[in-house]
Amino acid sequence: MSRQALQGWGRTATSVADVVAPTADEQVAEAVLGRPARGVVARGLGRSYGDAAQNAGGTVLDLRAMGRVLAVDVAGARVTVEAGVSLDALMHLLLPLGLFVPVTPGTRSVTVGGAIAADVHGKDHHVAGSFCDAVDSLDLLVADGTVRTVGPDHDPDLFWATAGGMGLTGVVLRATLRMRPVETSRVVVDTERADDLDDLLGRLTDGDDAYAYSVAWVDCLARGRSLGRAVLTRGRPARRDELDARARRDPLSFRARPRLQVPDVLPSGLVNRATVAALNEAWFRKAPRERRGQVQGIAPFFHPLDGLGQWSRAYGPRGFVQYQFVVPLTADATVRRCIQALRAGGAVPSLAVLKRFGPGNPGPLSFPAPGWTLAVDVPVTGGTAAVLRALDELVLAAGGRVYLAKDARLPPAALHRMYPRLDEWRAVRERVDPEHLFTSDLARRLAL
Amino acid sequence: MMDAVGTPSSVLVVGGTSDIALAVVERLGTGTRLRVVLAARPSTRRDEAVRRLAGAGHDAQVVDFDAEDTASHAATVAQSFAGGDLDVVVVAVGVLGDQELAWQDPAAAVRLLQVNATAAVSTGVLVAQRLRQQGHGAVVALSSVAAERARRSNFVYGASKAAMDAFFTGLREALRPDGIRVLVVRPGFVRSRMTEGLPSVPLSTTPEAVAERVARALVGQREVVRVPAALGPVMAVLRSLPSPVFRRLPF
Repeated sequence: MSRQALQGWGRTATSVADVVAPTADEQVAEAVLGRPARGVVARGLGRSYGDAAQNAGGTVLDLRAMGRVLAVDVAGARVTVEAGVSLDALMHLLLPLGLFVPVTPGTRSVTVGGAIAADVHGKDHHVAGSFCDAVDSLDLLVADGTVRTVGPDHDPDLFWATAGGMGLTGVVLRATLRMRPVETSRVVVDTERADDLDDLLGRLTDGDDAYAYSVAWVDCLARGRSLGRAVLTRGRPARRDELDARARRDPLSFRARPRLQVPDVLPSGLVNRATVAALNEAWFRKAPRERRGQVQGIAPFFHPLDGLGQWSRAYGPRGFVQYQFVVPLTADATVRRCIQALRAGGAVPSLAVLKRFGPGNPGPLSFPAPGWTLAVDVPVTGGTAAVLRALDELVLAAGGRVYLAKDARLPPAALHRMYPRLDEWRAVRERVDPEHLFTSDLARRLAL
Repeated sequence: MMDAVGTPSSVLVVGGTSDIALAVVERLGTGTRLRVVLAARPSTRRDEAVRRLAGAGHDAQVVDFDAEDTASHAATVAQSFAGGDLDVVVVAVGVLGDQELAWQDPAAAVRLLQVNATAAVSTGVLVAQRLRQQGHGAVVALSSVAAERARRSNFVYGASKAAMDAFFTGLREALRPDGIRVLVVRPGFVRSRMTEGLPSVPLSTTPEAVAERVARALVGQREVVRVPAALGPVMAVLRSLPSPVFRRLPF
């Protein structure tokens, strides 16, 4: 056990906790049954942007050492893994066998436990749903130290409270996932530029269902007639016969490692209006107006930022927050107003992506819901708090919500309005953890 | 918890009737509802402060605090933390005193040091213990530019602030490994109730301006702030002026 200062990926709101790195169930149970006064929460690769995997003054279980793959059923496309295994490890191990992860977020550096706790989504949400939709069952160590096996058919209430439950129902030890069979480790990609927000939303509405994967990069600094201009990239898994002769020799090869590391010496303020505007302009101009059928690797298509190790350091020591919200499909005006509010309020919306979500799942705290979701990185400055409060109001007025895995600053009152099924979730948590032994900085901040 | 953009959910003010501290609380609580604990001597000013914060939508509670009775400080701090974690602790215990009396009357001098230095340090030690246990938090210590170089007209006050300033500057380093921040705030002349009736000096400021600087510093990385900001370079010059020149300055 060691006392460590922990942050989320946004490098904000540091707190200090006793970090324990268990390697077996018994050690997890021991840490939980020790009933530390300020509670316990599990942590994986620390890719939550805010304070979800921190527990000030309490215990944090670093589950990365519990990263074994326990069983692989290639024919049935099932895999049973320990919670600390990363999607990166799963891809390196299973792609050569023709199995791809069911859902991947914008980074491979997340653990399966974290993906379940945040019920992460990817570019395929509109057709495939979120991560927990592909979980057959999971083993959850609850507050009394016992292990419950739960799934959509077995104690579904506890299963769905754990899906997106931010680690507050217990510690996920193992999970069985339904993988996606693929012929190759490539994606066939269509790229198009959208001249403004209406153009973008129109293209997403009309064409999305023909693609397995879809996401748009949005220039949040463009204004006037160009407001919401975007580069839309959509794709589907490549078949073997679509690869060139060389790639066809090893169609399932997958080797991806960060090529560059960002050093930890950059000051805050490098990501500012001038630099972001210049990068946006270059990115938009560089993208083809329309290009069909380009074959790309999984890493450049799904995880372009993983090529740049520790990229969050570019925001300097003050860090950044990512604001991700979803509003119903009818609320396209809200998306526009949010982009305007980000610009007008003196914030610096840097990297922004927009996507059309499909139906949500039964998880009361699971984020995805049918609608438009926009995720924007914003460096922390003196004015950030006020701008994001204004965004909260716009999102609330449209009946939308923000994503807790990204959140680092939502006020508790807003949470209850955004997640109307919060009380259902609380009832399940009271059943398995009446003392709220599982807690985190996020749970304290939001009075969860 | 203090969030990623510098908004806390709870604040303790030691010396809970300070105009500057109340302005800091109101600024930090913009757009949210804070739980505020005011540690102060029972008085109409304390009642007023509670009404002022309640009027701004905050949940204000009081804890009795006698700055000169150091033996009672442990109980005061314990009571202050009884309601749960405190994200920001503003140490604002201080009086201006009567300078001419203070440098000639030992009792007056001792009282000034006891309130501004001893009480600030005593509560600072106790608060630091609590913040280390909770694993997060920030201390805002209200010092003064008088701590950097005192003038003939305020050197007993300056001595007391120099003592607390040195303590909290050191505490900042001691608490770094625990993830606790300590921000030392050195305002110049602040037009407030404490300085009512005194002649104003150049570069004077307001409690609201101090609050704004504090709020921005808590979001950023600064460890010491002077208010107004122009006092930074000014004090750099004043600190190094030879005494024969310094004493001729017109303020």
